[in-house]
Amino acid sequence: MPSRANRRTPGLLPLEKTPTGIPGFDEISEGGLPKGRTTIICGGAGCGKTMLGIEFLVRGAQEYNEPGVLMAFEETPEDIARNVASLGFDIEDLANKKKLFLDYVSVEPHEIQESGDYDLEGLFIRLQSAVDAVGAKRVMFDTLEALFSGFSNPGILRAEFRRLFRWLKDRGLTTVITAERGEGTLTRHGLEEYVSDCVVLLDHRIRDQISARRLRIVKYRGTKHGADEYPFLIDERGISILPLTSLQLQHTASSERISSGVPDLDEMLEGKGYFRGSSILVTGTAGSGKTTLAASFVDAACRRGERCLYIDFEESRDQVARNMNSVGIDLDPWSKKGLLTHEAWRPTQFGIEMHLLRIHKLIEKVQPHCVVIDPITNLMSGSSDKEVYSMLMRLLDFLKVAGITAVFVSLTSGGTELEQTTVGISSLTDTWILLRDLELNGERNRCLYVLKSRGMAHSNQLREFVITGHGLRLLPVYIGPGGVLTGSSRVTQESAERAEAVQKQQEIERKQQDAARKRLAIQAQVTALQAELDAVEKEEKTLNREEKDREKQDRADLDRLAKSRGSR
Amino acid sequence: MKTKEKVKSSKKLIELRLYVAGQTPRSLAAITNLKKICAGDFEENYHIEVIDLLKNPALARDHQILAIPTLVRSLPVPICKIIGDLSDTERVVVGLDIRKAKGKKATVKAHAVTGAR
Repeated sequence: MPSRANRRTPGLLPLEKTPTGIPGFDEISEGGLPKGRTTIICGGAGCGKTMLGIEFLVRGAQEYNEPGVLMAFEETPEDIARNVASLGFDIEDLANKKKLFLDYVSVEPHEIQESGDYDLEGLFIRLQSAVDAVGAKRVMFDTLEALFSGFSNPGILRAEFRRLFRWLKDRGLTTVITAERGEGTLTRHGLEEYVSDCVVLLDHRIRDQISARRLRIVKYRGTKHGADEYPFLIDERGISILPLTSLQLQHTASSERISSGVPDLDEMLEGKGYFRGSSILVTGTAGSGKTTLAASFVDAACRRGERCLYIDFEESRDQVARNMNSVGIDLDPWSKKGLLTHEAWRPTQFGIEMHLLRIHKLIEKVQPHCVVIDPITNLMSGSSDKEVYSMLMRLLDFLKVAGITAVFVSLTSGGTELEQTTVGISSLTDTWILLRDLELNGERNRCLYVLKSRGMAHSNQLREFVITGHGLRLLPVYIGPGGVLTGSSRVTQESAERAEAVQKQQEIERKQQDAARKRLAIQAQVTALQAELDAVEKEEKTLNREEKDREKQDRADLDRLAKSRGSR
Repeated sequence: MKTKEKVKSSKKLIELRLYVAGQTPRSLAAITNLKKICAGDFEENYHIEVIDLLKNPALARDHQILAIPTLVRSLPVPICKIIGDLSDTERVVVGLDIRKAKGKKATVKAHAVTGAR
């Protein structure tokens, strides 16, 4: 078609887009559907083509003030209104407000016979009057292919399709047509031949009895778009698509610290706890206290007045509340205050994408400060490791960008390496707390250690993790020649140590007494000797004096003798 | 553009509506062809109404008209629709279930007139 080629001369403004208002779709299509052009939504039966198209019209009318026209070939307006009422769309109300025009085009092949040449001017007249009635900017055909069953002359139909698409384009109507997927082709009747601006393919597949809906933009002429398959969900608020690749590693990092809810654990993390906005992985074997640790965190967060979202794949809200009550953590008041949103559903309920999409939606609804997912390992059911890994990575990125502190609980099944998460996300998380059981002397005791914690000097100690009636305690374990001792062994060891200490003390006291006694004895001896010494000295002095006296006497005697002789 | 013609009374009534969109050659051909078919010596009373959808677009929706021209036999029931310029006379006659008078053959020529009425 030369006219079409002429319109796309280079140097023109970039393609204008019409936002759909469908969460996620505008992100992956980078703005919406091509404005004033026709988009084909194709897919198998029951994949959500009509829903997507109608949501485009309804949101256009509600949010962008762009009225729409729905030309329905398969269902009556009443049926359509009923069908989409479950998504929260009130089509009849929109029609009454002249924001939406519904035209049911009935094609009854058995009523119609052909005689000679004809065209589909009637359809054009209806379309024109409908567009005029509401001032439509958006049009949807659901599904144009019904005409193939009503009219037997394919030559006329093809010519009329071409004319229709040109007609729509000339009027600048942003159009969506739905088409059933054909074998080997995008649409059964090759409508993509006429419309080649934008093709959206929907898919609804079942794997292991779990359904998964995917959306892919097969073609979007003249613009960049996300090319992946994106999971989408149809629920009571319409369609939502998880825009997975739009996230990048550009989140900011907060240096604010928040308590883990366990003072002893905070002590191990520089005495301050986790970083806000970080992701914390708690792994452990069954019954090692993971949920309790997560609940303590939630309790502490609610105490600070923060909103928390607790996503549980194992226990109901009541069950968790009851169990946590038994260890002195009362979650009920937080639920009542609206600070804690506890959502529980079975992991087998959906495929991995649906879980994450649902988590995504919940987070957007609740706007929490803290999120707990308990346990992520349950998401594994029905999905391969690689898928889980990539989906969790996307969830982590999403949470980080939003600045939400997240605790992921991961169950380590018996027999596997402890320091290995089943889904291998440990490298994605900032803090990794490992809980394990130590089996010794006929009892199992819980141990906790911080395997890693980015950006802080965390403790390297293994602590005994004790669940008391007033929350959690972390006690230093006994490390001795017999290995690490916990539980009653630790208690025994401690009492043994105490006994030994007492004994040592007594011994020392005894020795001190001995020494004192000895000292006294020696002192006595010293006194005795001194006395002896004094006596000896005294005696010595006496002797000396006696000697002197005797010498004097002797000399006197001699003098006397000499005198007596000298006189002779 | 409404034309009403009545031929004979006291016989079974056939109500025909021809939907056209403006004075296109195809619409005019259909009108002419229909008149010719009806001009043949048919047993039934017939009543033809020509409706121009350009003048009354809402009727296209009300009467579920897509193709132009469309001839609708609204009576007798069931409703039947013949689309096209009615140049294939045999199909029109069979489709409308109009029995011809005994001994007489339809005299309308196929591919009759296009253009002026």
